[in-house]
Amino acid sequence: MRIKVDPEKCEGHSRCYALAPELVDVDDLGNAFELNNGEVPEGLEDKARLIVDNCPEYAITIEDGLKL
Amino acid sequence: MTDTADRSTDPVADSTPERCPVHDLASDYDMFDPDYLRDPFSAWAELRNACPIAHTDRYGGSWLPTRYDDLQAMAKMVPVLSSKSPIVIDMPNALVKEDSTGYNAAAPISADPPEQGWTRRALLPHFTPKGIAAERTYSERLCHELIDGFIGEGKCDAAVDYAQQIPPRVIARKLGVDESMVDDFIEWVRGVLELGLQQPELRAKYRDIIRDFFAAEVADRRQNPKDDLITALCQTEHEGELLPDEVVVGMCNLQLVAGIDTTWSSIGSALWHFAGHDDDRRRMVDQPELWDTAIEELLRFYAPVTMARNAAEDIEYGGVTFKKGDKILMNFPGANHDPDHFENAHEVQLDRQRNRHIAFGVGIHRCAGSNLARMEMEVALKTWFERIPEFTLSDPDAVTWAGGQVRGPRIVPITFG
Repeated sequence: MRIKVDPEKCEGHSRCYALAPELVDVDDLGNAFELNNGEVPEGLEDKARLIVDNCPEYAITIEDGLKL
Repeated sequence: MTDTADRSTDPVADSTPERCPVHDLASDYDMFDPDYLRDPFSAWAELRNACPIAHTDRYGGSWLPTRYDDLQAMAKMVPVLSSKSPIVIDMPNALVKEDSTGYNAAAPISADPPEQGWTRRALLPHFTPKGIAAERTYSERLCHELIDGFIGEGKCDAAVDYAQQIPPRVIARKLGVDESMVDDFIEWVRGVLELGLQQPELRAKYRDIIRDFFAAEVADRRQNPKDDLITALCQTEHEGELLPDEVVVGMCNLQLVAGIDTTWSSIGSALWHFAGHDDDRRRMVDQPELWDTAIEELLRFYAPVTMARNAAEDIEYGGVTFKKGDKILMNFPGANHDPDHFENAHEVQLDRQRNRHIAFGVGIHRCAGSNLARMEMEVALKTWFERIPEFTLSDPDAVTWAGGQVRGPRIVPITFG
């Protein structure tokens, strides 16, 4: 599983960083970016879904990484 | 503990004795009606179905959206819904001052792009989760000291003695202003907003007091830099020039008007909730791991802040026409109760998982201090529960709610022990 933070949509609420600092960090302005190129470590899939469901800007999406 | 609120009166109700009864919410809502302030939720529910963008002629006229999708969309209608005058009632022309209007009033909250962008970038680094680490340590000590002051009495006013005392001290420390100013700050903030909204002379008086105070502080920091926010803003550059004094003064003004009664309203609402809902109080005592979701849920349910926008031109939206100059109340609290977006929106669910609430607004004007506010709320509630796990509302009828653009309880009598 991979997550993607859209920098055009992120307004720095930092909800994702508060909930899952293992998955995202914030820059000097408080805007979020993915850690590990967005790769979600095994066992943290629920946290990934949680930060998607708590972003007021709808800026985080899950890419399930299926590649044919 | 200094008691700055007059317990014998309800200042909001008293300041508007001649109130006509509301017959039709959709065309005549009243943002200062004590019944509405006690229970705005049923009014929003009624409007969401009947007239999702309501209008009133009261207080100079304004529009009130109540649906989540509309608030999300309207927050992004920049700059046609302008933020240059974010207070719902304009100051009478005779009291307007040129250097304290427009984006200078309290940037970036009172600015549209491009000024909104660079003033916001100047402020944000000081309010990231990492940028407020020092305030967390301070807040923890402060909350314990406040509780030390009343715990022996077995009772307190959770609004006046606790919630109201925390944000002004945190903001004073952040700004680098002497803590002895705290009681003045409380008076000024209530004067300029809670009471001043309906009393323009009072509002102008406190606007001038605040601006004069910060003008002197800014002049001082230009000569004697310190390790504080005022100095940092004085040293910030935009396009190779230091930020002008009047812009820094406006940004300091913002710290007071946006950082104090807002957060104390959230802390007060949360304590009022737990004092009157024993099942939820006990749940937090038993399951402190729920604090993360609980704080977001309390922010959703009791979101205190409604900012205003001005239509910069005639514009149609959602079946109504905003005429140029019309005021729109950005009813983020109402959006947070929209059942289309929140399952069982009318219930406080302390473990709510899906919670895209917009208590801090949304879009480019997302509250710049949201991380600080959230931290203060977390520290205030966790410290309270650690020291005073058993408590109850001793006189529900004595509770009063302030309204207008910042809703929260101003008197919350509690007993414990």
